[in-house]
Amino acid sequence: MSSEEGPVATSIRSTLTEVLKPEAIEVINDSAKHAHHSAMRGVTSKETHFRVNVISDAFQGKSTMQRHRMIYAALKKEFDDGLHALSLNTKTPEEIGKLKAAAAAEDA
Amino acid sequence: MNFLRATTRLAASPSNFLLTRRTALPATSFAVRHLSDSTRKSIEDVLSKNKLVVFMKGYPRQPMCGFSRAVMQIMEVQGVDLDTLKTFNILEDEELRSGMKEFSSWPTFPQVYIGGEFVGGCDIMVNMHQSGELEDLLVKEGIVEPEPQENPRASS
Repeated sequence: MSSEEGPVATSIRSTLTEVLKPEAIEVINDSAKHAHHSAMRGVTSKETHFRVNVISDAFQGKSTMQRHRMIYAALKKEFDDGLHALSLNTKTPEEIGKLKAAAAAEDA
Repeated sequence: MNFLRATTRLAASPSNFLLTRRTALPATSFAVRHLSDSTRKSIEDVLSKNKLVVFMKGYPRQPMCGFSRAVMQIMEVQGVDLDTLKTFNILEDEELRSGMKEFSSWPTFPQVYIGGEFVGGCDIMVNMHQSGELEDLLVKEGIVEPEPQENPRASS
C-alpha cells in the first residue's frame, strides 16, 4: 500500500474539485479488487476502479441519477482514457448533517 | 412472507424523490457515436417487451463483476426470478456494450431498465433497495407481487 496517488486519481480529484467545488472529496483506488475479473483481462493499468465520495452543494435539488451524471460528464476524458468503473457516494452538506443527527439520535 | 425484502427497507428513510427519472438528457455522448439505427431499434424493441432488463457483465447466476453480482443479489431478494429475468451479457457483444453507453448516456455497467426507463447502475440500485423505492417500482410495474398486509388474520 502506497500513499502515492496515481495520475488518474489525481485527475479525478482535480476535475471534480473544479466542477463541484466540494466541501469534501475522497478518491479511493479499488482497482486491485477488480484486477482479476474477465473484463480486465489484458488491462495493465492499476487505475481502473475507484470509489469516490463527494460532499457538495452542487448536488442540491438533484436526484442521485442526476448527481452521477454530473460526475460522469465531468470525467468523460478519464473514461475515454481507460477508467472503468466508479462507485459514487454523492451528498450535500445538508444531507450529511441530517445523517449525523439521525445517527446521534440512535446512539442516545 | 418475504422477510428479507421487508427488512432491507431502512426505517425512516426518506423516499420523497421517488422515481426521479432522467429528465431532459444533456446532449452528452460518452463515445463518438457507436449506436447504429438498427441497434437502437432492437434495444428499444427489447425494452418495450420486457418490464425489467439488465445489461450486465456475465449472466444472472454467473456474474463476471462485483457490481453486476450485487444487482443480481438485490433482484433475487426482491423476489425476481433470475431464471426468467431478461439480461444481456455485454462482454459478449461489443456493439451492444458501446451502444448501451450511448443509449443510456451512462459509461458503466450494469445498467438496469424498469418499465422501459433507465433507472440506474449498482449504486443507485443499492440505494433504492434500501429506501424501499425499488420494491415500490417493481410492484408498480407488476414485476413482483406486493407484500401481503401485516397480520391479515386476527385469529387462527
